[in-house]
Amino acid sequence: MTATVEQPIAVATGVVVRPWRAVLLRIEGQWTWYRRHWTASLLSSGLQPVLFLAAMGIGFGSQVRPGPLTGGEPYLAYVAPTILVSGLITIAVAEAGLPVLSGFKWKQDYWAVASSPVTPGQLFTAELLWITLRLVLGAALYLVVTALVGGWTSPGALLVAPIAILTGAACATPVMAFAATTKGDGHAFAAVNRFVVMPMTLFAGTFFPVDRLPEVVRPLAWISPLWHGNELARGVALGGLRLWPALGHVAVLLGLLAFGLVLGRRCFRRRLVV
Amino acid sequence: MGSEVSSAVGEPVISSSGLVKRFADFEAVRGIDFQVRRGEAFGFLGPNGAGKSSTMRMVSCMSPRTGGDLRVLGMDPDTHGPAIRARIGLVPQEDNLDRELTVRQNLHVYGRYFGLTRKQVRAKAVELIEFARLTDRADHEVEPLSGGMKRRLTIARALVNDPEVLLLDEPTTGLDPQARHLLWEKLFALKQRGVTLIITTHYMDEAEQLCDRLVVMDAGKIVDEGSPAELIARHVTREVLELRFSPGDQHNAVDAVLDLADRVEVLPDRLLLYTADGDKAAACAHDRGVRPTSTLVRRSTLEDVFLRLTGRTLVD
Ligand SMILES: Nc1ncnc2c1ncn2[C@@H]1O[C@H](COP(=O)(O)OP(=O)(O)OP(=O)(O)O)[C@@H](O)[C@H]1O
Ligand SMILES: [Mg+2]
Repeated sequence: MTATVEQPIAVATGVVVRPWRAVLLRIEGQWTWYRRHWTASLLSSGLQPVLFLAAMGIGFGSQVRPGPLTGGEPYLAYVAPTILVSGLITIAVAEAGLPVLSGFKWKQDYWAVASSPVTPGQLFTAELLWITLRLVLGAALYLVVTALVGGWTSPGALLVAPIAILTGAACATPVMAFAATTKGDGHAFAAVNRFVVMPMTLFAGTFFPVDRLPEVVRPLAWISPLWHGNELARGVALGGLRLWPALGHVAVLLGLLAFGLVLGRRCFRRRLVV
Repeated sequence: MGSEVSSAVGEPVISSSGLVKRFADFEAVRGIDFQVRRGEAFGFLGPNGAGKSSTMRMVSCMSPRTGGDLRVLGMDPDTHGPAIRARIGLVPQEDNLDRELTVRQNLHVYGRYFGLTRKQVRAKAVELIEFARLTDRADHEVEPLSGGMKRRLTIARALVNDPEVLLLDEPTTGLDPQARHLLWEKLFALKQRGVTLIITTHYMDEAEQLCDRLVVMDAGKIVDEGSPAELIARHVTREVLELRFSPGDQHNAVDAVLDLADRVEVLPDRLLLYTADGDKAAACAHDRGVRPTSTLVRRSTLEDVFLRLTGRTLVD
């Protein structure tokens, strides 16, 4: 080799972005996708809680007389906060399931991200925040519609949205972790819906108080994240929330969120770094 | 940026020693040593399952090594994965484009992960769409593009950060001949600009055209390394006499020609006689009553080296 020939040196323009910027850039990428495909996704997820409100709160609720069971409130006001919580959980679990598995398996865009300076942990955080943003959108829509039909009876209702969003995000994290470990075609998600989300929606205090349940199954409701979210949401909307139980519910939800966050980041790394 | 850009041409940008990759109890890469110098075009050849992709994925910091040592751009992939990935480009064996985005959006979104500004990615996308010859499809979704077009886009996307090292895992699989030759030209131009190229391929002509140096891998090990010319000189004779038969008949002729060549290779429909003088061997075979359907004398290529080093049907 002759040392005299000057060969040019290539200098890359890529850099490692700071962790939070990496997360934002991934969300920006998702936003690019969403702008193309928002109609389908808004119809399937954003409107679902509103439909529940119409059917249960207004339709079914017209047959329910305010009484001690509803704390003297109209049934619409009684279920408005909890329908949002359960609706956002449904959206969160749906978004955390198949779409996440698809990122690994069919859409495969997670692999593209993994070959960039963005790390799997940052990718996880971004996906979680992206789901959370969708929950925010769903909550905003719901808040407005419910206000229009008179479902809110006190300013405490404003706190319902953050509670519902926290509950939804907390439920999303373990499902994302599960999706990251799923090798099959995602049939397990249907089971999650059938045996976890659905029973939770029906029996964890969304439509009637948990103490109407037979004593033996009540603990099942208590361990469901939805019940904790419901207690908080109804408590702030209708009043009567006491400090210590409230802190307990928040702690449970934050605990689930933290647990899922750690687990999810680990599962994403396991799947992408092989 | 903070990364010290080393400047000497010819210094190793990648060096590995005793590199091992194990999946559960299966060893896909079994202790390989190689060095790639800055500005060089370096190839990995080998049959299916040889461990080429596994090696590429370790070098591109997608996959952690199980054992041995590896340095890329002077850094350890275990501790500096993102910093290395920021400066290299990877064309994976299987496309992982976002099929629900447009061609242009794929480049925009991916470029942003490398910290490029919106303005930078916009300009770069225009250049790369041109590079991939997808101008008329630029704002169409990727999904309906043909396989070759997707491949070209994947290659273009790997260039979004102006990588110093470009890793291409079977880049031209699925490309038509014209697109292949065009890509070779582009890769050659990149090399002129000082980009280090690492290529795996099953096309021997591609390896001969593109690679300054290459290694032949088989079953997780490097079986030899050198320039294409060196490998040809080392392992095969200058000329090859090909005797073609209807499949099956070739076995009957083996004994008659065995001593006419340094080595005889038995393929399903032909015999390859490695000899310094192909015409002479052809004449001798004819004298001995060997009647192939056709004969051909040609120069040895990497294909022959590949057969020799990894082949199964060997008669010395
Ligand atoms: N994630 C994985 N888990 C288990 N085994 C794997 C994994 N990836 C690769 N292997 C195995 O490692 C071996 C080498 O695979 P690799 O993809 O590196 O081969 P290759 O040389 O690229 O082959 P090809 O020419 O077919 O692309 C194969 O036997 C393959 O089955
Ligand atoms: Mg491969």
